[in-house]
Amino acid sequence: MKSTRIIPCLDVRGGRVVKGVRFQNLRDAGCPVEQATRYERDGADEIVILDVSATTEERATAAETVASVRAGISIPLTVGGGVKSPADAERLLGAGADKVSVNTAAVEDPGLIDQLASRFGSQCTILAIDAARDDETDRWVVVTRSGTNRLDMDAVEWAREAERRGAGEILLTSWDRDGTRSGYDLALLEAVSSVVRLPVIASGGANEASHLADAVSAGADAVLAASIFHDADHTVAAIKQELAELNVEVRL
Amino acid sequence: MRTGVANTASVIAAFRKLGVRAALASTPDEALRSARLVVPGVGSFGAIMDSLSDHGLVDALRDRIASGEPTLAICLGMQILAERSEESPGVAGLGVIGGSIERFDEPVLRVPQLGWNQVTPDGTCETLRSGAAYFANSFRLTQAPDGWGVATTQYGSRFISAIERGPVLACQFHPELSGAWGLSLLRRWLVRAGAEAVAS
Repeated sequence: MKSTRIIPCLDVRGGRVVKGVRFQNLRDAGCPVEQATRYERDGADEIVILDVSATTEERATAAETVASVRAGISIPLTVGGGVKSPADAERLLGAGADKVSVNTAAVEDPGLIDQLASRFGSQCTILAIDAARDDETDRWVVVTRSGTNRLDMDAVEWAREAERRGAGEILLTSWDRDGTRSGYDLALLEAVSSVVRLPVIASGGANEASHLADAVSAGADAVLAASIFHDADHTVAAIKQELAELNVEVRL
Repeated sequence: MRTGVANTASVIAAFRKLGVRAALASTPDEALRSARLVVPGVGSFGAIMDSLSDHGLVDALRDRIASGEPTLAICLGMQILAERSEESPGVAGLGVIGGSIERFDEPVLRVPQLGWNQVTPDGTCETLRSGAAYFANSFRLTQAPDGWGVATTQYGSRFISAIERGPVLACQFHPELSGAWGLSLLRRWLVRAGAEAVAS
């Protein structure tokens, strides 16, 4: 039986791991290579690196970070942040990424998903969606540019369109919950995972094993967390043990 | 062997962890002449077969595998051993093994299958062992080929997740991304393929 993937996420800026709340107030949280190898040792099923660097110069270090993390780990590595073209994706894949995630650039040019899927395959093409609750219109809207730009665009519909265009997976982050440790947005997860066949990775708001188990019940194929693992108050191994006790199938 | 833009960096990194130098062949010809060949697979069944056909290498790769020269085929690299695939109707595979590659069709399944699943080898396997491996696939082989050691995995129904015959090993999963279990499988394949000085 396939197990639920537990995916630690490293938000990287200028070659260092950082963490903020709702994408703001970033603080230093360590060295990406050290953290990724520790996570693999602790039983992580996959690693995601999101490069949140502001400038092009900083971003040039992303490929170096990817190469050094790849040299240290033997599990899948997904890299996202600033991917605007197949050439950007190819650079990251060449450095040792196994999958590439796109976000803002795909919103601005949805054809990018088709291009990446046909060139590298669907299993390599991940669409990251940052979604914020909009109570006025009773839906979730897509936010881009690290949350500074709130669009008149339905997040659930966007997931459906991405599947049609050849994406192989959806990385779904709740902007409202990101870094807050108040649990995943389960209604959002249900809404998206019920309209696509693609695996959906839950992201934004995890603080304890029960949050992860709730996300799986809501339809998530994998669960991503950053804050709880960085601060070492929960190891991946401990979270997996707790999930097993909650009857979630995990690789131990 | 370069089979389009695959995650060859991860494959090369995995061999390096075992103390073995792996390199991307500059031409398919060079790849086919190497003592130990890895056929990675990303893209589509039709695209890989077209590329082999363009280089006139379909027969050479088929003969290499049929005659038991050390070869490791990964993911789509395994699928092209079959006769055909639902992914690319009308395109002939290498036909080293019988049968066709089919899409995961159970409506309740998430497709592609992305993640770790249990691999269970039959009693005749010498290189494959039980354990959890990382998969990234929408299509799979369902019919066990005659004369090969076979490992199976459950996703909806049971499918063929790897086959081996002497130093030829074909895996639907990614050994290079399957942690310590995957590295130990690569080490056993290297030994079986006659490589010396593999780090333990």
